[in-house]
This record gives sequence, structure tokens and C-alpha cells, in this order.
Amino acid sequence: MKKIYLDFAATTPVDPKVLQAMKPYFAQKFGNASEQHSLGQEAREAIETSRNKIANFLGASNNEIIFTGSATESINLSHKGLLEALASSGMKKFHIITSQVEHKAMLETCKHLEKLGWANVTYLPVDKFGMVSVTDIENATTEHTVLVSIMYVNNEVGTIQPIKEIGNLLIKLNKRRTVNHEPRILFHTDATQAIQYLDCNVDRLGIDFLSLTGHKIYAPKGVGALFVRSGTPLIRQMDGGGQELKLRSGTENVPYIVGLGKAVEVSAKCKVQRVKSIRSLQKLLISRILQFPGVKLTGHPIKRAPHIVSFVVNNVEGEALVLMLSAAGIMVSTGSACTSNSLEPSHVLTAMGVSAELSHGSVRFSLGKHTTEKEINDAVRIFEEIVQKLRLMAPQI
Amino acid sequence: MGVIKDPSGQAIVGNPRCGDVMKFYIKVGKDIKKGEYLKDVKFQTLGCGAAIATSSMITVLVKGKPLKEAEKVTKKAIAEALGGLPAIKMHCSVLADEGLKKAIENYRKKS
Repeated sequence: MKKIYLDFAATTPVDPKVLQAMKPYFAQKFGNASEQHSLGQEAREAIETSRNKIANFLGASNNEIIFTGSATESINLSHKGLLEALASSGMKKFHIITSQVEHKAMLETCKHLEKLGWANVTYLPVDKFGMVSVTDIENATTEHTVLVSIMYVNNEVGTIQPIKEIGNLLIKLNKRRTVNHEPRILFHTDATQAIQYLDCNVDRLGIDFLSLTGHKIYAPKGVGALFVRSGTPLIRQMDGGGQELKLRSGTENVPYIVGLGKAVEVSAKCKVQRVKSIRSLQKLLISRILQFPGVKLTGHPIKRAPHIVSFVVNNVEGEALVLMLSAAGIMVSTGSACTSNSLEPSHVLTAMGVSAELSHGSVRFSLGKHTTEKEINDAVRIFEEIVQKLRLMAPQI
Repeated sequence: MGVIKDPSGQAIVGNPRCGDVMKFYIKVGKDIKKGEYLKDVKFQTLGCGAAIATSSMITVLVKGKPLKEAEKVTKKAIAEALGGLPAIKMHCSVLADEGLKKAIENYRKKS
């Protein structure tokens, strides 16, 4: 049976060029980058080359990029490290603004900060497309606000948040705040799902912190990065040998860091072409799926990342659908409560006002750079067969 | 899986808000040796893989059995027959167990 993988928003395979670039750093060029000898310096050079690639891609400087183990770690470091730094400079009250549709890495980090009593957090609602309102952000700011943290692309429904507009708003607010001797509001974005497709220039977007991960962009799992604008207060959350500009101790994971740099480079090279081809496949998939009765698109109809197609299917439970699709060789994802450890429906769909009944039938198809038109057509045909089967199986209520 | 037309008893359990709905249909037969027994059992399920599996398994376990024995099938027996269920999915076997018992109850009330 031929397998059709349509879960690229969950993870991607390692690109052969990336793997090739990583290979020498396991057994031959295995040096510790903190050592002065030639093997150590070879590793150091590899790390710095990779850092430079990522800095170039983001329009940042080399000393603004910190390698981490994941986007989750980047988010934890930026949020906790910022508050700790501000607290140690004498500030006492902190307010963070984020949204209800963020990834768990963000929501749990914010909840943790609340639990520690370090910050008050506003979780902004979204509209029915999953979009945050820039006006809501402005209205939510207080004299204690120090951070706005909004994801670039929602991982479940693909909606693109107005990052540039938020950046502009904060630049405007910060001018006024500087005059009033109020703290600057910093801007963090989780760009995990955006790196391959959208403008990630930190100056154009007005971003102070940007989190990203390797495994969504054809690098391996277990490596990520954090952009921290030069001069931004930040205290390390991992103590030790002082690696990564003294902000993230631990011997550098050289092959993976090399892999991340290579993946960003490969991704940047053919961005325009890739966006165009994946966008056209996305259009095909959406138009075909919506022909099927009882299926509704979730997320924004236009402002959505090209690789994510998400929808809800009525009178079908998402996990059963995913398992049956998997048995037929098709790999997709669901936000159904049955697949979560909490048995709660997707917090993203709930925030968008989708009923619990419908959320149970949520499905996400996500496309990758090698996805073909034939794969889409085959997947849709099998999807329709299985939905019909499951609906026959369901009792009429 | 499916529907029994003109069933001796039927019951629906769960609700779509929670994501799992099961409907059981039973056809009761009478036999000199067994007394009242389940001549046929069918189910319809809207739910996850475990919900479908447990509702299917209970029909396999009780088909042909006397009512009194069928009522004694436990959620544990269903889970064991499936080779075990993850802790978080145990509620599905509870629902299947409850559904069948209610279908038998529905039959008794009618007769």
C-alpha cells in the first residue's frame, strides 16, 4: 500500500541536503566547540556558520540568535528569561498579552508564570476565523504590560495573525511609553509554522523575540532557535558552562545546529516557488473537500498559511477517521478530544466558537514540498469513502 | 455493526457533546436449555477507535448468550478481550457495557 503523508505541520522528514550537511559532525568532526584545538574550532566554526545563516534569514545579527532544543524551549527561555531580567532590574508588576489559540508551549508557559505570581496574563479571544484583533491588543495594554506574544501561523487551522500590524502598533505605543517613563512592550512571535512560507524579517515585522524549530522545516527534531533583539533583557534559564552567548548552557548539539542552518538556507532558496506550488495544491484540496456534504473549512478563508487545510466533518469522530485513513495509508491529524490527554476538544476550535460536537470531527491535512496533485486526489477519494463508511456506522439521533 | 429491524430491545447511550454515542439493538430468542438468550446483537457508534472497538467487542462477547449471562459481562472483560485499553479510553468500555445493559432493560420493560 502506498503511503500518503499529509501531516507536514506535525513534522517533516529530514531533507537529504540537510542530512548530508550534518553527517560529518557525528563521527569525524565531533569536537566540543568550547575546546581550543582544531577539532573544537572546526565545530565552533560550523556552529557560527549556521548561526549566520539563520541571522541572515531573519535579517538579524549573529549575536541575536541562540540555539535551543525546540521552539518550546525558545518560548520558555524568552518568556521566563525576560521576566526574570526585568524583575532583577527592580520592576515588580508584569502583564503579558497573548491569545487563546496559542500553542500549548505558550499557554502552559504563561500559566506557569501566573502560578508563580510573576505575571498577570490576558488571553485574548479570537474571531470565528481564529484571528486576533490588533485593537483588542491595544485595549488590553496596561502600564504594566511588558510582553505581547502572538503566534505567526496557527498550527491547527493555519490562520495567519496580523504580526506586522501588531509590530507597528507596539512601535507606536512604545514611543508614547518611553516619554511617559513606562516600560517598553516587547513582542514575541512563535514562527514555527511560518518560516517556510512567510516574511520572517524581524525588522520589517517589529519583533523582539522569535521562536522557531527545525523539525517543521526538514531539519531533525530536537533543535530550535530563539531570536532575541540586541539589548533585550534576558536571563538564562539553564545554568552551566555559558554556551550560546551565556544564555543557554550545555554543550552545543553541533550536527543538529548544522542541520538547522542548512534547512533554513534550503528553505529560503526556493521560497517563492514553493509557496506558489503548495498554495495551488491547497486550493485544489479545499475545493474538492468542500464539495463533500457536511464538511466545513475552519480557519481563515484567505489569510491562511499555504500548507494547512483544516475542517470539521459532521457526524464523524476525528480519531476514528484518522485511524481509518491511516489503515488506508493516509496520514493526517485531528483536534478531536479523543486524541488529547485531557479529553477536551481543541482549545483553538473552542476559542473560534466551534461547538464541541463539531470539534470532535476536526481534521487537518498539511502539505509539504513534495506533495503531489495525485496524492491530493487519491487522499480526497479515500477520505470520502471513509467518511461515508463512518456515517453509516453512526446512529441517527 | 448495523441495525436490527424490529428489535426486541434497544438503547442509546453517551452524547455527541462528549464525542461518543452508541446504540445497541438486541433480538431475544427463547430456548429450552438457555431460556431467554441474545439471538442477535447489533450496534451503531459515533465515536473514536476505542468506542467502535468496545461496542463491536461486546456484541461478539454476548451473542448467543442467555440474558442473565450477557448482563454479567464487565467493562474489564471487554477491555481484556481487546488486548487491553489505555487508561484514558476505559470510559469507552464502560459506555458499551452500559449500552447493552440498557438495551436488555428496555426489552424487559416491554415484555
